[in-house]
Formats: sequence, C-alpha cells, structure tokens
Amino acid sequence: MGFLGDFELAEEAAQDAFAIAAERWARAGMPANQRAWLVATARNRAIDRIRRERTLTAKYKLLEAPKAVHDEFHDADFRDERLELIFTCCHPALATDAQVALTLRALGGMNTDEIARAFLVPEKTMAQRLVRAKRKIKDAGIPFRIPPAHLLPDRLVAVLAIVYLIFNEGYDGRSPLLASEAIRVGVALAELMPDEPEVLGLLALMLLHDARREARVHDGELVLLADQDRSLWDRSQIAAGRAALARGMPCAALGGRAHTSCRQRSPPCTPRSRPTGRRSRRSTAICRV
Amino acid sequence: MQYLLQIYSEGDTQFDNLSADQRAAVTGEYMAISESPQVTGGAQLQPAATATTVRVQDGRTLTTDGPFAETKEALGGYYLIEADDLDAAIELAARVPAARLGGAVEVRPLVER
Repeated sequence: MGFLGDFELAEEAAQDAFAIAAERWARAGMPANQRAWLVATARNRAIDRIRRERTLTAKYKLLEAPKAVHDEFHDADFRDERLELIFTCCHPALATDAQVALTLRALGGMNTDEIARAFLVPEKTMAQRLVRAKRKIKDAGIPFRIPPAHLLPDRLVAVLAIVYLIFNEGYDGRSPLLASEAIRVGVALAELMPDEPEVLGLLALMLLHDARREARVHDGELVLLADQDRSLWDRSQIAAGRAALARGMPCAALGGRAHTSCRQRSPPCTPRSRPTGRRSRRSTAICRV
Repeated sequence: MQYLLQIYSEGDTQFDNLSADQRAAVTGEYMAISESPQVTGGAQLQPAATATTVRVQDGRTLTTDGPFAETKEALGGYYLIEADDLDAAIELAARVPAARLGGAVEVRPLVER
C-alpha cells in the first residue's frame, strides 16, 4: 500500500503473492525471509499488472521501478505498516460505514460476505461500499501514513471510535465475531502504540466486557451483573484486560475517556456500580464494567 | 495532485454582520491564500443572482435565469490548488474564511491527464 498508493491494487497483489507462496513454498520449501519474499513478490505482480493494463498516468512512476530481486530483501527492511493502514481506513474523508467496513476487511481479516452478514446488508451492497471507499482513497489522494503530530490526537480518537463501534455492534452476542475482531484490532493497536493510555483503556474496556459474554444472557433474558454466574466469566480475558489497564495507568495521569471510565469502575470481581437494568445497548455497554 | 476548492456560503449574511475592520481582515485572508505557492488559480464569483444556466436541446440553446441548483448555499468562489495529498488540501481549505463563517468548502480532485 505504501509503495503503490492504491488499496485495491495492493490487495490483489497481496492475494497473488500468497497464492504463489502457497504453491511454491510447498514445492521448494520456505525462503529465509518470508515476509520480504511476500512483499517483493506482491510488488512485482503489481508492476506486471500495471504494465499489462497500460494505465500510463503520471502517478504510476512505478513503471520505471526495477523489479525486486528476492535475495536483496530482508524482513528487517519491511516495517509493520498496520498502523498506517488503520489510520488510512479510518480517515475522516471516508463515510463512517466505509471506515468500519475497510477496517474489518483490511485489519480484521473478515471477508466481504462475513462483514455484510454482521451488518445485515446484502453482500453486493457491502462489496460496493468497499470498492467505493478504496477508489476514494486512491482518487482523492488519502495519504497512507500515520498522521503528523498536529493531526494525530483527533485521528486517534476517530480510530478508537470505529473500533468501539465495531465492538458494540457485536455486543450482547449479536455477533461474537465482530466483538472478537474489534478486540483483535485493539490488541494490534496496543502493540503498535503501547504508550497511548486511550488505546490501552479501550482494549481493557472491550476485554472486560467480552469476558462476561457467556454469563450475560440466560434463556434469552439479559442477566444483571450482580446475578451473573461468575464461573462463566473468561478469566484470561479479565486478566488481559486488567493488565492493559495497569500498563496504561502511568500514562493515564493526564486522563482520557476510555481509560478513566475503565478505571472508575472497579474490577468485575467486586462490582460496586450497579447496572440500571434498562435494556438499551448503550447503557449495558457503559454500566456493565 | 490538483484539487478544486469550491467555496460555498449562505448568501453573505455572516460576512455582512462583521464590522468593517473584520471584513477587511477576512478579505485580506482570501488574498493571502491566493498568494500561497500551492494556489494556481482562483476567483471570487459574483452572486448567484447574476448567473445564467445554459442547456442545449435538439440543437437549440436554452437559457434559464439563475444558478444550476437553487440552493440556500451558493458557490461564491474557487481556488485551484496543488497539494501532495488530501490532508494538505484539507488544511488549505480549512483556512478559507467561509468555512468558519457558516459556509463550506468542497475539496475535489481533478482528473489527471
């Protein structure tokens, strides 16, 4: 993506590279630097495709680019660009539903059909939504990068809002897949931005909520926090959530919404806050921690 | 990349409500933007009431009094700019006074030929 500036082309090239790898590595064994091999192969496929399609616009300076030689590249040369990808998917110039779909597609690894089902829209609608969003990234020149310092705070808020939106869509067992995808993106974010209290706070919030998923519904009825069967709580998620919270504490001295809301509510084992009992999703999401 | 910045405002009401000094300052801002190196063209348009809309049907030229779309917000001016990416274009658009005086700026990339 960083090399090509074109989401769709990058995606297709990556798919080609994986297909080739699956076949070739099975036959000839794995190369020493697997990631580098995949990236080099993908770039070459993309260059081949561009040349074949003869789209000779000024943007495609890549036509001059020499083909990558596999041996020259090492894994260390290729940075993990997931952070750039997340910020690109959640760029404010894209509509919210496009940001959600792109994030799930690019980072969550869900396919178009799964995303469509999770949001109760026809697959064709979701496919079009994704295509339009990717075209906009290319045509309007949405940059593939981590936003510069003066834009970063607002952009990070937007990213976290999308992740939380996805998590809430999956809440209450409507789509455990969405909830776990949101957590997966949250984990990636926490790896990539380990000093951001809001990132850790959101991860903690999602883990602590999700830990109680099994206990939340009984016979189709919502169960209040105080009445939940605690043996159904996922201990490892609770531990992970608390760990994220603890990591964020030193950085959270300046406050921050997700982190504060997580900290204010005591750990699930000894709940002090009582949920109101209202069935609205929003209240359950906030009260339940 | 090249972008067209189309400047929309609701008549001139917010602008008119400013003091003479403030209006002069706003005009100065527009001029300063035109003088940025990124800006390759631009102009202020006369009010929508001065517009004429042209269509051709069966070889005949049809004209209508007024702008293409009769909306509350009217196109008041434009800038043609060069920018590395959308973020840079947005940053420039945000400097346009109309954006903070109740109007809006549409940022649209040109087709590159």
